[in-house]
Amino acid sequence: MAVYTLKEAQPAPSSNRGLFFWLRENLFSDITNSFFTLLGCYIIYLIVPPLIDWMIIDATWTGTKEEIVKSGARWIFIIEKFDQFMYGFYPEALHWRPNLVLLLCAAFIVAMKYVQHMKIKIAMILLLPVISFILISGGWFGLETVETEQWGGLMLTMIVAAVGIIASFPLGIVLALGRQSHMPIVKSLSVGFIEFVRGVPLITILFMASVVLPLFFQDGIDFDKLLRALIGITLFQSAYIAEVVRGGLQAIPKGQYEAADSLGLGYWQGMILVILPQALKISIPNIVGSFIALFKDTTLVLIIGLFDVLAMVTLTTSDTNWLGFEVEGYVFVTMIYWCICFSMSQYSKSVERKFNTEH
Amino acid sequence: MKFTKIALLLSSTALLPNLASAGTLEQVLEKGIVSCGVSTGIPGFSSADSKGVWEGLDVDFCRSVAAAVLGSADKVKYIPLTAKERFTALQSGEVDLLSRTTTWTATRDTSLGLNFAGVNYYDGQGFLVNKKLGITSAKELNGATFCIQAGTTTELNLTDYFKSTGMEYKAVTYDTSGQTIDGFKKGRCDAVTSDASQLYGLRLKMDDPNSVMVLPEIISKEPLGPAVRQGDDAWFNIVRWTLFASLEAEELGVTSSNVDAMLKSKNPSVMRLLGTTGTAGENLGLKANWAYTIVKEVGNYAESFDKHVGKDSPLGISRGFNKLWNQGGLMYPMPIR
Repeated sequence: MAVYTLKEAQPAPSSNRGLFFWLRENLFSDITNSFFTLLGCYIIYLIVPPLIDWMIIDATWTGTKEEIVKSGARWIFIIEKFDQFMYGFYPEALHWRPNLVLLLCAAFIVAMKYVQHMKIKIAMILLLPVISFILISGGWFGLETVETEQWGGLMLTMIVAAVGIIASFPLGIVLALGRQSHMPIVKSLSVGFIEFVRGVPLITILFMASVVLPLFFQDGIDFDKLLRALIGITLFQSAYIAEVVRGGLQAIPKGQYEAADSLGLGYWQGMILVILPQALKISIPNIVGSFIALFKDTTLVLIIGLFDVLAMVTLTTSDTNWLGFEVEGYVFVTMIYWCICFSMSQYSKSVERKFNTEH
Repeated sequence: MKFTKIALLLSSTALLPNLASAGTLEQVLEKGIVSCGVSTGIPGFSSADSKGVWEGLDVDFCRSVAAAVLGSADKVKYIPLTAKERFTALQSGEVDLLSRTTTWTATRDTSLGLNFAGVNYYDGQGFLVNKKLGITSAKELNGATFCIQAGTTTELNLTDYFKSTGMEYKAVTYDTSGQTIDGFKKGRCDAVTSDASQLYGLRLKMDDPNSVMVLPEIISKEPLGPAVRQGDDAWFNIVRWTLFASLEAEELGVTSSNVDAMLKSKNPSVMRLLGTTGTAGENLGLKANWAYTIVKEVGNYAESFDKHVGKDSPLGISRGFNKLWNQGGLMYPMPIR
């Protein structure tokens, strides 16, 4: 009687594994595929080596403007103007304040991951914006006041984006719920607001806020320009968030609503405990997507004379001692935007994984 | 665009009477600071240095007004404004003074509810040409190739100029100003045309600034000057005479370095300017030494010009029309007496 003996598993034949197999399978499986692979390689060859040459090998990192001999990027411009790109006109002696806020935000993100206690979390969420505002604008606790005209650079971009994101989120949820509501006035107000705001471009809203609105104020009332822009951006963003959240709400099966009702939960209880947690979870990718879009939209504030990090390129290259450094400026700002947007999407992925309950 | 028009419409009709409030001087004295509308970065006129300090010819004018009114040139709050929002900012009272390379035109002076206090820079359309053309005057431009931005006033002026002089040019047309400059940089054309003040900045952006030159001819009028709200004559006077004072100081040879010695001068014009005799300051509602403070803290017009746009700056713009009247220019300060 033949006895079955377990044979050692053999490795796959050499023609079916390894680098060459992978290449053949994925890049050169047929003629078209091979052609596009080669074309792709050629394009990369055309772009990447000169780019590396320009950005790193031929670049000038130290010295003064007059000593530039290399043909590559002149990063000394960025180094010279770095503070302005980061803080705008914020007084140099007070740079520690925005730095501290950044540190607090980083600490906040870490803490949100490890602190389990709900009340502490909520307290942190409510306290952070207040502390950040006091630190940056000053005026309390003996901190020197820094007027909003002096805010600028990446700091301003972050502030505008952060305020837009934080303030529009709850407003957007309320609008989404309003749109789903059975109360006719609430519903029509929500629908009206959302459709009106989504019907006009952000640039128009900012123009209204900066150019038209001041004409209606009484003389002498000086309504801060940044504040006007922030309100405009928040209202704009909340309409988009409302639509994203509504998508999430509509994806929740009717049974969930009925289950909440049958448990005897009221409207708000049912929403907060049953519906919204599920609806928001499935909306995360879209919410983050619209936040990333908002982050990039914040550059529009430059048309109303606020110096965000992109507008800083115009300002710094108009210094008569540093004319003609636009390319370096724009490349630098591009890298900043890419890093931040990429980090945001990575963070959203980790949030998605955290909330993933596999059902 | 549409909204700007609406804004201008609104401001030019119903809202104006309310906005044209008197008492800017009182407000400025109370606040202790002059809010001055500047650009978001125009080389030589208003831009920031690496320390974030505003500087430029227009910025110096803001500083002069602050020096005259508040006794210190540093008491200025700079409000950066884009071209579109600058007039609203002035009308709504967000700024007390607009000093932002703004061309004085009839429409702006009459229908926008503002008054131009004078001209602090006579600009105009000029030509930047490649030196290998070997010409020194615009009259020799016949047959030259121009990089032009399509559909702009500069294009119209160029066509008019060539028609009126009976010359011809070839055009390479672009959509944006950036592309136009790039075309010139890459040698697609022999010349570009734009406001002279910008051409000097453009020249410095060339790979070799010495390969190009700005021709002396100016073919259009772009008088740039500070503007204030209409209907506040006291403030208007102060701004206007601040400009005259810095020009008068140049004419009389009073500079920031010799102004203290000049206090002892027996020249009646100098004495009236610096407030040792006469009531010029009092009549403006300012201190007697208002003009002394301007010259002491900011300098006279020539000092500002040379430092920011003229011979001591990288731009190296020649004085041209901006010379004093007695040196062949257009700058003519009214007498202080």
